[in-house]
Amino acid sequence: MMSDKQKLVVIGNGMAGARTVEEILARGGGQQFDITMFGDEPYGNYNRILLSNVLNGTQDPADIFLNPLEWYTENTVTLHAPARVTQIDRARKEICSDDGQVTSYDKLLIATGSRPFVPPMEGLKGPQGEDKHGVFVFRTIDDCHKIAGYANKCRKAAVIGGGLLGLEAARGLLNYGVEVHVIHLAPWLMNNQLDAQGGKILTSIMEKMGVHVHLEKATAAVLGEDSVTGLQFKDGTILDCDMVIISAGITPNNELARDCGLTVERAIVTDNQMRSVDDPDIYVVGECAQHRGRVYGLVAPLWEQGQVLADHITGSNENAAYHGSKIATKLKVMGVELASMGVTEASDDRDEVVIFSEPKRGTYKKLIIRDGILIGAMMLGDLNKVAYLMQAFDRGTPLPEERLSLLFDIGAPSVEATMLEMPDTAQICNCNGVSKGQIRKCVEGGKRSLKMVMEATRAGMGCGSCKKLVSEVVEWAAEGQIEEDPSIHFYVPGVALVKSELVEVIMARGLKSVSSVFDTLAHGVEDAGSKMGLASLLKSLWGAEYEDERDARYINDRVHANIQKDKTFSVIPRIFGGVTTADELIKIGQVAKKYNVPMVKFTGGQRIDLLGITKENLPKVWKDLGMPSGHGYAKSFRTCKTCVGTDFCRYGVGDSTGLGIKIEKRFQGIESPGKLKLATAGCPRNCSEAMVKDLGAVAVEGGNWEIYVGGAAGAHIRKGDILCIVDSHEAVLQIMGRFMQYYIETAKYLERTSSFVERIGMDKIRAVVVEDSEGIAARLDAAIQASVDAYVDPWLEADTPATANQFVSTLPVMQA
Amino acid sequence: MISEKTKYALGSVTQIPLGEGRNFRIGDTEIAIFHTRQGIYATQAECPHRRGPLADGLVGGTQVTCPFHAWKFDLKTGEPQMGSCALQTYPVHLTESGDIELTFLGEAARFAS
Ligand code: SRM
Ligand SMILES: Cc1cc2nc3c(=O)[nH]c(=O)nc-3n(C[C@H](O)[C@H](O)[C@H](O)COP(=O)(O)OP(=O)(O)OC[C@H]3O[C@@H](n4cnc5c(N)ncnc54)[C@H](O)[C@@H]3O)c2cc1C
Ligand code: SF4
Ligand code: FES
Repeated sequence: MMSDKQKLVVIGNGMAGARTVEEILARGGGQQFDITMFGDEPYGNYNRILLSNVLNGTQDPADIFLNPLEWYTENTVTLHAPARVTQIDRARKEICSDDGQVTSYDKLLIATGSRPFVPPMEGLKGPQGEDKHGVFVFRTIDDCHKIAGYANKCRKAAVIGGGLLGLEAARGLLNYGVEVHVIHLAPWLMNNQLDAQGGKILTSIMEKMGVHVHLEKATAAVLGEDSVTGLQFKDGTILDCDMVIISAGITPNNELARDCGLTVERAIVTDNQMRSVDDPDIYVVGECAQHRGRVYGLVAPLWEQGQVLADHITGSNENAAYHGSKIATKLKVMGVELASMGVTEASDDRDEVVIFSEPKRGTYKKLIIRDGILIGAMMLGDLNKVAYLMQAFDRGTPLPEERLSLLFDIGAPSVEATMLEMPDTAQICNCNGVSKGQIRKCVEGGKRSLKMVMEATRAGMGCGSCKKLVSEVVEWAAEGQIEEDPSIHFYVPGVALVKSELVEVIMARGLKSVSSVFDTLAHGVEDAGSKMGLASLLKSLWGAEYEDERDARYINDRVHANIQKDKTFSVIPRIFGGVTTADELIKIGQVAKKYNVPMVKFTGGQRIDLLGITKENLPKVWKDLGMPSGHGYAKSFRTCKTCVGTDFCRYGVGDSTGLGIKIEKRFQGIESPGKLKLATAGCPRNCSEAMVKDLGAVAVEGGNWEIYVGGAAGAHIRKGDILCIVDSHEAVLQIMGRFMQYYIETAKYLERTSSFVERIGMDKIRAVVVEDSEGIAARLDAAIQASVDAYVDPWLEADTPATANQFVSTLPVMQA
Repeated sequence: MISEKTKYALGSVTQIPLGEGRNFRIGDTEIAIFHTRQGIYATQAECPHRRGPLADGLVGGTQVTCPFHAWKFDLKTGEPQMGSCALQTYPVHLTESGDIELTFLGEAARFAS
């Protein structure tokens, strides 16, 4: 059946093309047009801006997609990708693409963007005319992967071009452990956005970061036979390097338009409706469009262009017109705060320049004001006032007389005043294109916390640089009625009680299962995020009487192994105190061979990890090993690392190995609010890092042991505090057990000992655990003893699965 | 062409512990079936984010949390709690004898319909 819709064909599936199609759909364009898109990258549309984060390792490529392939299906947009359009035939209203198709259109949208500009230089190609190994540009996801792959093998990299992109690339390369050199033609970095003084400060910041900067250098040739060995400059000097990224500007992709006779100057010339000036059926948007003599290389203008275009093409506002954009830039280099807008120098007698400069601290602020209106600004080192200045610049609102407050936060203009002046259409989040109005509506719709607004609008969830501004808008829109999420005080978010109240009710009502807690205390509303915390608490309260419901456990605790990114699991058998035997190692080796274990690794916890075991094989592997679980997955006692101590070490003053083995045998697998990692050291040289463990025992001269608690050396680092000094292994075991029980009873779910100790205070802990100030020491000792006695190795479930199909990932279908 | 709706008998619901999910393979397609306290639900097996095994997730009410990075989806509709990628869901119910019956149109039909 022929459709009576018009055919809209879009060339280019990048940020402008896809965004414009979204705008068209949002105006009901799906009813008017059959939309077909061509993109020569083999993906849906992704956020090109975030490639800098992909390169510097802070973001995963999978996370930067704006329109994944499903989006096209869901919106009945036909996407041809990878497919490159090779010709536009305006007479027949058809386009040809390199997959051999001819597609006819009623309306055409050109959104081909631009490509990196490669300045002429010798030696870009290898002997056979192929691209020389080690020469890259930085524009696409594929470029990113290629750069990362090559950089891993490189020693020294050069980036040609010290503009926004070049510096972001240079910073990214540092992460690959290469020495990075930036080659820049102009006398200072980012010369389009900064003046000489600002450029100089930026150079010193980049150099402190480890990037070598070479100014006023023109590259004459890339050296090396078939791969890069260096660069030669026009002044005759040479820089050795084994890779080069060329980031010297962009060239709009104009060829298609030029070949079919459209007016092309620097880019394709458009009118105020974003149509080619020659053909009312051809629209142009993005970096390939030239409007009133200007070509933009940033995303904010193309959002505005897309809106006008969509208004016009769908007829939802025939009078929509684009009048050009004022642009502001921010550098996305970790550790550098830099924003710039408008002109960089005064050019008229009327111009007033306000400058603050503190080069040693890397701070530089400059404003250029004409007749009371901001026409240019640069801010380096401190972006506090940028949000306000950007608004004032964009709208041309008169600045307050008092200039000092424009540079620093000393009172006016208040956030309140700024917010009132800011129009609803002002874009707050440039990555996801969220306006002040959208945020305001979201808040008015009842979402009164930053987190809720971010989740609902996606504002602030791209590069993150606008988060502060988003929170200001939220606060302003909520008129101070910001909701603090009360659940942060609850033991688990789904049951509105703090831990002590919860324990009281659970005991009073005899609630022994997670589902009974939901039924009784949460109106029957089951909350996934609360299940594990409740299970942990109930088990510590009821011991053997606890009614275990397996669905309350995280997958790791259902199958007693840690899940991996490919859905396999890791198996870490227990090796008490890190001491093993030849037979045990042979056994582990045999098992690894039998099951083709992809990786056998010594862990940081002094034992061996078999990684990559399928769920089905877990019970078999455990049985073949014949060793107990090392609990490398649970919120429980993990390991006790030891050092060689008095047995072998010439400094050892206490038997740390023997003590560590005793500790691990006693407390293995005891469940707790957070992981418990222990260590014993034979002397204060502390080779087993006992001072930064949840619990550590360090032997000191005179046959004594110092007991440390609350140490941490993971995401957060903290030296443990001395709890007490005791004189025997037995005393260490007793104090450690008592501390653990007190922690189990008092800590919040997932609160590691390092936070726990700080919250409760060492004086209080010492009083309870060592001096028995509350008279509960005997009860704590008995409780931990009961847990030790009740301990059963979970790997015994290999023989007696606890639930149906516990170790099955896919069940057969009986009949079809 | 749209293939006919096909019903599959997946066997007794007791194969799936209460509150958990398990995968079933039909042809080339893996489908996660969840046996919750609210009822029985069927969705695609892999999380649209980075292919996390949804059947291994934690279920709360009619919501599943992916075990990999905690994305949440409604089991009844497939709607994501955040973001734009919904799960494919499939009609499924329990027979009087407690057997799981799934209606599955085949992968091709999913796009054709
Ligand atoms: C295997 C191991 C790395 C290794 O190859 O050496 C490891 C691997 C993981 N660690 Fe670790 N950690 C390992 C020793 C450590 C250590 C050092 C130690 O135990 O002596 C630390 C710092 C000590 C500490 O915890 O304070 C450590 C601090 C962490 C943290 C940060 C915890 C914190 O609160 O600061 C996490 C994340 C978490 O728990 O949420 C983590 C989480 C993880 C997870 C479980 C991530 C996950 O959820 O998948 C990794 C599991 C990989 C797997 O499937 O096997 N791992 N991890 C080490 C296992 C030790 C063992 O034998 O049990
Ligand atoms: C690493 C990096 C960081 C950046 N950071 C920022 C930033 O912080 N802030 C900012 O505002 N901007 C930034 N930019 C610039 C921003 O990404 C661009 O302005 C924006 O992507 C332009 O959108 P576009 O749609 O015009 O072009 P593109 O996004 O390049 O899309 C054009 C698409 O068309 C395809 N195409 C071209 N010709 C054809 C053809 N004949 N047939 C089929 N398909 C074709 C191309 O392959 C491409 O996929 C950055 C750019 C890069 C590379
Ligand atoms: S540090 Fe620990 S959590 Fe991080 S990747 Fe290594 S093993 Fe995994
Ligand atoms: S794979 Fe499911 S949340 Fe990441």
